[in-house]
Amino acid sequence: MSNGTLYDKVWDRHKVTELPTGQDQLFVGLHLIHEVTSPQAFGMLQERDLTVAYPKLTHATVDHIVPTADQSRPYGDDAAERMMAELEENAREAGIEFSDPTTGDQGIVHVIGPEQGLTQPGKTIVCGDSHTSTHGAFGALAFGIGTSQIRDVLATGTIAMEKQNVRKIQVDGELGEGVEAKDIILEIIRRLGTEGGVGYVYEYAGEAIESLGMEGRMSICNMSIEGGARAGYVNPDETTYAWLEETDYFQENPEEFEKLKPYWESIRSDDDAEYDDIVHIDANELEPVVTWGTTPGQGIGISDPIPAPEDLDEDKQETARRAQKHMRVEPGESMAGYEIDVAFLGSCTNARLPDLRRAAAIVEGRQVHDDVRAMVVPGSQRVQKAAKKEGLKDIFEEAGFEWRNAGCSMCLGMNEDQLEGDEACASSSNRNFVGRQGSKDGRTVLMNPRMVAAAAVTGKVADVRELKETSEVDA
Amino acid sequence: MSGTDDVEIPEVDYVAGTGVPIRGNDIDTDQIIPARFMKVVTFDGLGEFAFFDLRFDENDDPKDHPLNEAQFQDASVMVVNNNFGCGSSREHAPQALMRWGIDAIIGEGFAEIFAGNCLALGIPTVTADSETIQTLQDWVDDNPDGEIDVDVAAETVTYGEQTIDVTVDDAQRKALVEGVWDTTALMKSNAGEVRKKAEELPYVREEAIPKAE
Repeated sequence: MSNGTLYDKVWDRHKVTELPTGQDQLFVGLHLIHEVTSPQAFGMLQERDLTVAYPKLTHATVDHIVPTADQSRPYGDDAAERMMAELEENAREAGIEFSDPTTGDQGIVHVIGPEQGLTQPGKTIVCGDSHTSTHGAFGALAFGIGTSQIRDVLATGTIAMEKQNVRKIQVDGELGEGVEAKDIILEIIRRLGTEGGVGYVYEYAGEAIESLGMEGRMSICNMSIEGGARAGYVNPDETTYAWLEETDYFQENPEEFEKLKPYWESIRSDDDAEYDDIVHIDANELEPVVTWGTTPGQGIGISDPIPAPEDLDEDKQETARRAQKHMRVEPGESMAGYEIDVAFLGSCTNARLPDLRRAAAIVEGRQVHDDVRAMVVPGSQRVQKAAKKEGLKDIFEEAGFEWRNAGCSMCLGMNEDQLEGDEACASSSNRNFVGRQGSKDGRTVLMNPRMVAAAAVTGKVADVRELKETSEVDA
Repeated sequence: MSGTDDVEIPEVDYVAGTGVPIRGNDIDTDQIIPARFMKVVTFDGLGEFAFFDLRFDENDDPKDHPLNEAQFQDASVMVVNNNFGCGSSREHAPQALMRWGIDAIIGEGFAEIFAGNCLALGIPTVTADSETIQTLQDWVDDNPDGEIDVDVAAETVTYGEQTIDVTVDDAQRKALVEGVWDTTALMKSNAGEVRKKAEELPYVREEAIPKAE
């Protein structure tokens, strides 16, 4: 078992007791809730005559079903309106703060937590959403939970968990031009498999990780779950602290920053920490990665050939055959030139300000291809506002992108933003599962935001390194 | 306002019933329950949408799928392959399977959040190696009326004349067999210690900690 890692330390600091099952009861420092997975949990509380134990450590937002075009109430979709109304009522009754769209703070739950300074190093953070692993970028222990577990957390402020192993993923070297955090995590999942992280928490380390900004670290931790790891984290450092200092929480409570810093420092993994496994990745070798299949592990470098199923591990072959049939791709081809119908720039993986900046630098002065509908869905209202202020909205709109309001949108097609029929989508999101973007025949190609921009303007999957940056936008 | 003592938590040491094979690795929760069926505020009625897009075409006409076949309609033990339930944390997935009629799942491997969600519903997720699972899936195809006995306590599965060893995660086994898989009341009973823990953590502000009951 691991020893002296951030995971071990944060676990120990939050352990209340060992339960008769052998699981540990862990204190939850931040519980984020949204409209899709929480209403049933509140219903269960009511059935059992229970109330919310720690409402001030709970925070709500609306993201999955919120329309990104017309947000006037009641929402056009009755089901969406009902879910929103239910969340409003639950939050009000329990005294839970709700970043609803009227506050200007609404957005995807994994974007707003870090923005507001709710996400901090050394916290345990849970949410009924598998991409809760995102918050690990700050050195928090963060993971997704199901609705019955939400009930537990609401009722008790704690969760029953079994301790996992820790795998250190050491990413050395430097990323080449056009290669991003997204490419690192897609490569990790390709190499270790979509189930490779089951039973593990991932610690991302090494100079390629340390040199990333918080947004890049979030993109990586976000997709830990795509590799089977329920949580992933980066040890907090000066980059982390610089972000925190600017957030609402520490602007409003500057004394807390100095008070908490020693704690943050204390939970960093020790230099001589013991891990259950260590994996090395060389960042210098990476190029932009795109997926050819229907799991996030089915990725390749943009200039690499699509693998033949028979060349893969035996347990991957059948999945690969099904995927290639669905995607209509042939082994031996590269993904470059794969025609797309939709370009989606959004999601909790890649819809933060630097993501939009980098994509805008490719888009500026170009036009969205005639056969493509392209949309930008900022991760939060704050991202949307900031992007507009620095002119990114204009750049995208002039190029022919639709500029939308914040939400999960076409990442999972729970609102009006969906693929139709067998449309192919260049997507900055995190899952290319069959049906994920709202159409069961839809085809999703995952890639980094600049690659989405390149696909939008060329009408096909393209190597962004071959497109010159056209603008002076500071990426 | 804290009367959870009346919630009955059954012990799940044993599940018996006929089987249904669902083949394929990496079957994600978007397959098990497509997101559009999650626009609901309760889990009621989700059973009919289990595996919907694999079971029905665009005109809602049934396609070839085990859950559509007459001989599997009464099945309660699902036999699956590797990394079953990967993807989203939606409890809607095991809820849909449970409401369709599934009481236990035997597979090569399960995604962690999915297995945790199953446990929270009292559904065992037991594992065996690839060959054992494929043999069992074939047997179920040939014997749709044949009973499968999942002995959670003994970590065995019996079908036909055979008894095979399976693995049940330690905590899952204890929780199911001892009837402590619904952890709300259990954890609530430690409220005093929880409050103490909150007071110890440097980032939890005093005003966020409720007064003792």
